[in-house]
Amino acid sequence: MKKNILKSDGVQAVIASLICVVLGVFVGYVILLIINPDGAFEAIVAVLKNFMTYSRPDSQLRYFGNTLVKTIPLILCSLSILFAYKAGLFNIGAAGQYCVGICASLYAALAWGWSWLPCLLLAVIVGGIYGSLVGLLKAYFNVNEVISGIMLNWIGLYLTNMILSAVKEEASPYTINIRTANPDALIPSLGLEQLFNNNQYITIAIPLAIIIAFIVYIILDKTRMGYEIKATGFNKDAAKYAGMAEKKNIIMTLVIAGSLAGMGAAFLYLTGFEQYIVTSSQVPSMGFNGIAAAFLGGLNPIGAIFSSFFIQHISSGGAYVDKSIYASQISDLIAAVIIYLCGFVFFMKVVMNNMIAKREANKAKTGKEGGEN
Amino acid sequence: MSLLIQYTLIFASVLMLVALGGCFAEHSGVINLGLEGIMVIGALGGALVMRLFLDLSTPMMILGVVLGAVIFGLLYSALLGVACINFKADQTIVGTALNMLATAAATVFVKAMNASINPDDVSSTIQYVDQKKNFLLYFGDFEFNWFMLIAVIALIVAYVVLYKTRFGLRLMACGEHPSAADSVGINVIKMRWSGVLISGIYGGLGGICYILAGVSEWKFENGVAGFGFLALAVMIFGQWKPIKIALAALLFGFFRALSNVYFGFDFLVNLNIPGTVYNMLPYIISLLVLALTSRHSRAPKAEGIPYDKSKR
Repeated sequence: MKKNILKSDGVQAVIASLICVVLGVFVGYVILLIINPDGAFEAIVAVLKNFMTYSRPDSQLRYFGNTLVKTIPLILCSLSILFAYKAGLFNIGAAGQYCVGICASLYAALAWGWSWLPCLLLAVIVGGIYGSLVGLLKAYFNVNEVISGIMLNWIGLYLTNMILSAVKEEASPYTINIRTANPDALIPSLGLEQLFNNNQYITIAIPLAIIIAFIVYIILDKTRMGYEIKATGFNKDAAKYAGMAEKKNIIMTLVIAGSLAGMGAAFLYLTGFEQYIVTSSQVPSMGFNGIAAAFLGGLNPIGAIFSSFFIQHISSGGAYVDKSIYASQISDLIAAVIIYLCGFVFFMKVVMNNMIAKREANKAKTGKEGGEN
Repeated sequence: MSLLIQYTLIFASVLMLVALGGCFAEHSGVINLGLEGIMVIGALGGALVMRLFLDLSTPMMILGVVLGAVIFGLLYSALLGVACINFKADQTIVGTALNMLATAAATVFVKAMNASINPDDVSSTIQYVDQKKNFLLYFGDFEFNWFMLIAVIALIVAYVVLYKTRFGLRLMACGEHPSAADSVGINVIKMRWSGVLISGIYGGLGGICYILAGVSEWKFENGVAGFGFLALAVMIFGQWKPIKIALAALLFGFFRALSNVYFGFDFLVNLNIPGTVYNMLPYIISLLVLALTSRHSRAPKAEGIPYDKSKR
């Protein structure tokens, strides 16, 4: 008998994600309709088109590049979240780990004049250390990682604001432009920018992020460490009983998760694409969008690449709505609805399996009756 | 000094209201991580009443704003209820989604409202300078906010409901051992819904109270700065018991108030600590407190686990 491809877990995950996306965009559209029915369709199209709003192919290519540049940190943040989630830990602290990553990479680049590789490594290390705090609190003090993560997010934000104030432009709240102050700290492009109509922000961060997604996939699926992490996430007590050091695994998981988020920050800020605003009153949203990307990608590192691109695509697309009627935050709203719907993925899979089982039962029944005749 | 007391009391009121909300949800067995979002939506409800009904008398204004916040909070918490109770969704994901959704939705909504009145106004701010005066009474220097009284009433109600009524005891049973509760005829699903909706009411009240503390306009893009999570820390520190939660809220409220008024104290100014450190203080304190109290946590035993009748 032919195997039903709908039964495969991967196919079901993709279907569930697509349902979430369609429903999320639909809810966004309905809200635009409620605000003002006249321009709603153009607005939702603008969000979905993003860089394709431009008519000239070379501008399209250039803005496609910009979306990619911002997709990279999102991929890293979603990897951070899904890696921790495999160990049963919800790393909402990724936003804070990302924030201290910004702090480390920019401070090293601007205050100490380091070149890009050491800056990147410092961001990775600092992010890892920051992640380890959540792990230590969880492993030794039983502190809920969500609450400690949120607290550390705010502490990280204020620390970053304080430290980066030392390297800000005199007349503005922005950090000094890295491109003029220390070009050595820019991640090299090795000619990649030519593929995107000389978009100067395109660097080797893009291929590196994809390689890292594959490494995370291999660690989770093919190594002993990945096995132990997943076992700890599946049943902490059973993992402990089987002789796995569950405390060590929790801390290691969050160190890696933190390093990934910190790396994401360096991958964005060491391109000079953005300057950090030292009066920020909000934790960078990258870490939270990472949650959307991680779940939308079905908690699969390769899926995270695509879901991150989609989330960033609509986030950037939000900038193209008619701002005299609608707010660009409509794309945040769509992303949030998508996360909410991702909560129902398990339910969707149950429904799909039930449908398949019913159909097969029917088939078996009719088959039997046919045999009797 | 009276400024410090005033800010401590108002922030403690916020934290206590929200923490009591969390307490109801968790006693029924649902972890409500969406309190932060419920606060934002509750604040929006209250602010809309102030924005739309400018000339209400003081008692009507207070009643209207409270109702606005309560209704918005209640409706928003239903999103958590549907997902987590009926569809057995992951409570952490749904709570986080609600937090993100609240800020985004409130921003989109307020911006649209502002822009429809004045096309040049694309801010997400609602102002309520005059309306706010309805909530304040002055005793010398001390600025009394009616929400301080509302918080005390809410505390008494929470205590009585949880410990002195049949409903409260049944609610707590559903958070400790839902299948035992079910076996004696308690409807676990209904009880959990009640817990979540009550947390929506309290969370909404806390939200409007928060934006009335100290400021007279609110930019909805900013959310509520992690207050929903601070309240969860207060709840854990207060060991899920209303009276202890009230005391914990006072402690946290004090540290939060310091960042507003530290420059009024010479000895604090002389220490020459940057202002940012005071901003960080509530979060640092809550981490320390959590580290000290979480090991022997008295959390309701069945919290966070969707109730599945077939597993009884």
